[in-house]
Amino acid sequence: MWNFPVAPPKASTYAAPHDYLFYAITALTVFFTVVVFAVVIFFAIKYREGSKASREGASDENLRVEIMWSVPPLFLAFLIFAWSTKLYVDWRKPPDNAMEVFVIGKQWMWHVQHANGVRENNELHLPAGVPIRVTMISQDVIHAFYIPAFRSQYHVVPGRYTVQYFTPTTPGRYPLYCTMHCGTQHSEMGGYVTVLSKDEFAKWLERGGEEQAPVTKTMAQRGAELFKDKNCGSCHGPADTVQGPSLNGIYGTARKMTDGSAPIADQEYLREAIIDPYRRLNQGYRDTMPGDYRQVFTEEELLDVIEYTKSPGATKTPEVQVATNSGASSR
Amino acid sequence: MSSIPVAPQINTDPPQPTRNYLNTEHTIKSWLLTGDHKRIAVLYLISISIFFFLGSLAAGFIRLELTSPRGVLLESETYNKMFSAHGIIMIFFFLIPAIPAVLGNFLIPIMIGARDLAFPRLNLLSWYLYLIGGVLFLIALMMGGVDAGWTFYTPLSSIYSTGQITIALVGLFITGFSSIATGINFIATIHKMRAPGMTWDRLPLFVWAHYATSIVIILGTPVVAITLLLVVFERVFKIGVFSPELGGDPVLFQHMFWFYSHPAVYIMILPGMGVISELFAAFSQKRVFGYHFVAFSSLAIAALGFIVWGHHMFVSSQSMYQGIVFSFLSFLVAIPSAVKVFNWAATLYKGHIKLKAPMFFALSFIGLFLIGGLTGLYFAAVATDVHLTGTYFVVAHFHYVMVGGAITAFLGGIHYWWPKMFGKMYPESWAKLSALLVFVGFNVTFLPQFVLGFLGMPRRYHYYYFQGGDMQFYNILSTAGSTVLAIGFLLPAFYLTWSLKYGKDAGPNPWGAVGLEWQKVGSPPTTYNFEEMPVVTWEAYDYQAVREGTLELNSTAHHHESYIGQPEKEEKV
Repeated sequence: MWNFPVAPPKASTYAAPHDYLFYAITALTVFFTVVVFAVVIFFAIKYREGSKASREGASDENLRVEIMWSVPPLFLAFLIFAWSTKLYVDWRKPPDNAMEVFVIGKQWMWHVQHANGVRENNELHLPAGVPIRVTMISQDVIHAFYIPAFRSQYHVVPGRYTVQYFTPTTPGRYPLYCTMHCGTQHSEMGGYVTVLSKDEFAKWLERGGEEQAPVTKTMAQRGAELFKDKNCGSCHGPADTVQGPSLNGIYGTARKMTDGSAPIADQEYLREAIIDPYRRLNQGYRDTMPGDYRQVFTEEELLDVIEYTKSPGATKTPEVQVATNSGASSR
Repeated sequence: MSSIPVAPQINTDPPQPTRNYLNTEHTIKSWLLTGDHKRIAVLYLISISIFFFLGSLAAGFIRLELTSPRGVLLESETYNKMFSAHGIIMIFFFLIPAIPAVLGNFLIPIMIGARDLAFPRLNLLSWYLYLIGGVLFLIALMMGGVDAGWTFYTPLSSIYSTGQITIALVGLFITGFSSIATGINFIATIHKMRAPGMTWDRLPLFVWAHYATSIVIILGTPVVAITLLLVVFERVFKIGVFSPELGGDPVLFQHMFWFYSHPAVYIMILPGMGVISELFAAFSQKRVFGYHFVAFSSLAIAALGFIVWGHHMFVSSQSMYQGIVFSFLSFLVAIPSAVKVFNWAATLYKGHIKLKAPMFFALSFIGLFLIGGLTGLYFAAVATDVHLTGTYFVVAHFHYVMVGGAITAFLGGIHYWWPKMFGKMYPESWAKLSALLVFVGFNVTFLPQFVLGFLGMPRRYHYYYFQGGDMQFYNILSTAGSTVLAIGFLLPAFYLTWSLKYGKDAGPNPWGAVGLEWQKVGSPPTTYNFEEMPVVTWEAYDYQAVREGTLELNSTAHHHESYIGQPEKEEKV
C-alpha cells in the first residue's frame, strides 16, 4: 500500500494533450483557491475587531470593481472552453483507416470481438500506433468502457451502438473498467488492455489470440453462416424480391422509408432493421418479415451478420464454407 | 424541546420573556398540529438530523470497505445498497430540505417582518409529506434496500435491479411534493407578506437566495417526480419508456433526471450561499459588498442551472454538438459563482471582523467552496470530462460543493441562529473546535479522492484490485480523514443539545447584528414573532448607520436589554 503514483500511465495519443489541459485547469484551481482564500484569511486577521487597521473609505458597492473581477474569469473560461472543445472534437472525429473492434457489455463482463473472428473476454489486445474504432453495445443495462491510460471512456448502451476512438501508443498492460454502475458485480466488471507492437499484434491475431487452436472463421464468415442458418436469403437474396430488399451491397446505401426518412444503411440502421423491422419500412415493402429476431440473434450474432452485409458479394456466396468446429470461437 | 422555565441559580442575566413559541404549549399534539413556522422548522431540524445520522452511518461503512482492495465486511450487493442509501438519504432527505426547511422556515417570515409563512397548513403538510416519504424509504431499506445508486439510471433501476426500488421511488415522489409545498410557500410569502418598508432592495440576501431556490424547486421538482413515476410504471406495469427491450430509450431517463438533478445542486447550494452572505455581514459588521450583484447572481445561477444538465451526459451517446453547447453554457455558471465569492471577500475588506464560531464555518466555506466550484471546470470542459467523469474525481468534486459548501454553510447558519431559535448560547470554544475538525477532516477525506479519480478509480467500486495496490494508500488516507470529519459532525450534536439546558441565555441580539430577526424579536421569538408590525426604514445590513448612531440595534419592546457587547470570554464547559 505504500506506492502512491500521482498520475496514471499515458498510453494513447489522446493522453498527453488531455494531461496538458488537465494540468492547466489544475493550475487555475490551485491559483484561485490559494489567492482568494489567502486574501480572505488576511482580511479576516487584518480587519479583526479592535485592530488598528484603517477603515477609511470602506465601500460596499462599486460597478467598476464588479466588472474588473467578472470579465477576466469569463475570458479564462472561454479560453479553457475553446481549448477543451478543440481536443474534444479531435477525440470524437473518426480517424482514417481505423481498425475495428467490437465490444459487448453484459452484467458483468466485457466481450470483445476482432474482425478476423478472434474473441476475448475482459481482455483487449491492440496494436500500438494504429487508430482504433470501438463499436460498443450492451446486452442489458448501461455500462461504460473506460481505459484510464487512454484517458477515454464512453457509455455502452443497450439498444444502440456507440463508438469511441483511440490510438494506443505505448506497449504495456493497462486496467480496463466499467464506470457506470451496473449492478451487483459492477466493481468486478473490468480487465486489462494489452497494447502490443504491430508485429507482435499481427502474430497474436494470427495464432487466434490466447486460444490454442487457430481461429477459422472471421466475423463476416460467422455472419454468413447465420445468414444461411436462419434462412435470411430466401427473401433477401442477391436481388430484391417482393418480400424484401436484397442485402447485397446494402451497407452504406441510402434507404427510402415509408415514413419519409432517408437513413444511411449503417450498423445502427441494419441492427434496427433486423430486430425491429416494422418501426419503419423501406418504400415498396410490407410488414412481412417473419419472427421476432430480437429473440433469434444475440448482440454478438447481430454484429456478425452486419459484418457479413458489409463484405463484398454478400448473399451471393453460393456455399458458406462449413468450418470444422474447432475451439476457434472460444470461451 | 421546551427548555423553559430556565434554570435559575447563577443566572444573573435579565429574566427570559415569559412566553415564546417553545413554551406556549407543551403537549405533543401542539407540536404535531402546529402551524407555527418556527415549530415546523424545529420538527424539520430533528428529522433531518436523524436522516443525516443514518446517511453518515452508510458513509462510514463505505469508507471502511474501501480500506482494502477486496473489501472488509460486506458483500458487493450490500456495499451497493450502502452507497445508494448514502446518496439517496443525504440528497433527498438531508441536503435538499436542510437549509430551506429548517433555517428558511424559521427565518424568512421573521426577516421580512411577517407573522408566519403565507400558508401555515401547507407548511405543516410539507413536513408530513417529507416524513411519509422518508418512512417509505426506510421501509424500502428494511425490506432489503435499493442498489441502483441515487441516480436510478434505467434500465438497471426499471428492469434489472432486484432491490426495493418501487417503494423507494414512491417515497421520493412524495418527498418531492414536500419541497414543492415549501417552494410555493416561500414565493408567496416573499411576494406578499413583506412588512412596510421591506422593499426588494432591502431583503436580506438569505431571502433572495431562498427566493431563487424556490423558483428552481417549483420548476424542477415536478419533472423528476414524473420521471421517477415513469420508472415505477415501467418496473411494475412493464410500460416501455426507458428500456429498449420494451421499446423505450434509456438515455431519455438521463435527460429527464438531470433536468431536475442538476438544478437540484443549486437547490442545495444557493440557500447555503444565502447563509454565508448573512454570516459575512454580521461578523464583518459591514454591508455585504455588491449587494445587488450577490442577489442577482443567485437568480442568474438559478436560471443557468436549467440549461446545463447535458454536462452530465457528455459520454452518454449525446451528439458531439450537444456536448459543445452544454459545455459552453456550463462555463457560464462559473461567473455568477465567482462574483459571489469575490464579493464576500471584499465584504471583509475594512470590516470589523468578529472571529466567532459561525464565522469560522463561513471562512471554511470559502476555502472548500472555491475548490468545489473550480474543480467543476474539469467537468464543464468535455475534453477532461471524458477521462474524469464516473471516477472518484467527480465524487470529490461534488462532495466539496455539497459537504464543503452546503453542509458547512448549514452548520454555520445553525451556530449563528441557534441563540435565536432556542435562546441559548453554546460553548464557543467547542464550536470552533468542531469547525476546525470539519475543515481538516473534510480535506483529508476528499483531497486524496481527486488523485484517485485522476488515476482512474471508478466511483461506486467495491473492489479496486485491478490496479494492484496503487490505490490503497489514498483510500486509507481518505478513511482516516473521514473519522476526523465524523467527530467534527458529532460534536455539535452534543454541545448544542447540552446548551438547551445549560447554555447561557443569549438575549435578543448576541452578535450585535442588523436584521429584523435580531432587532425586533426576542430569543426565542414569540409565536407571532412581532408585538407590532415592524416598519423598516433602513437598508439591509446597515452597520454604517449603527456606527453613526442612527439605527438602534435592539428595540424589542417587551423585554430585557440588548445583549450587545456579549462577554468576550468564552464559557467554560
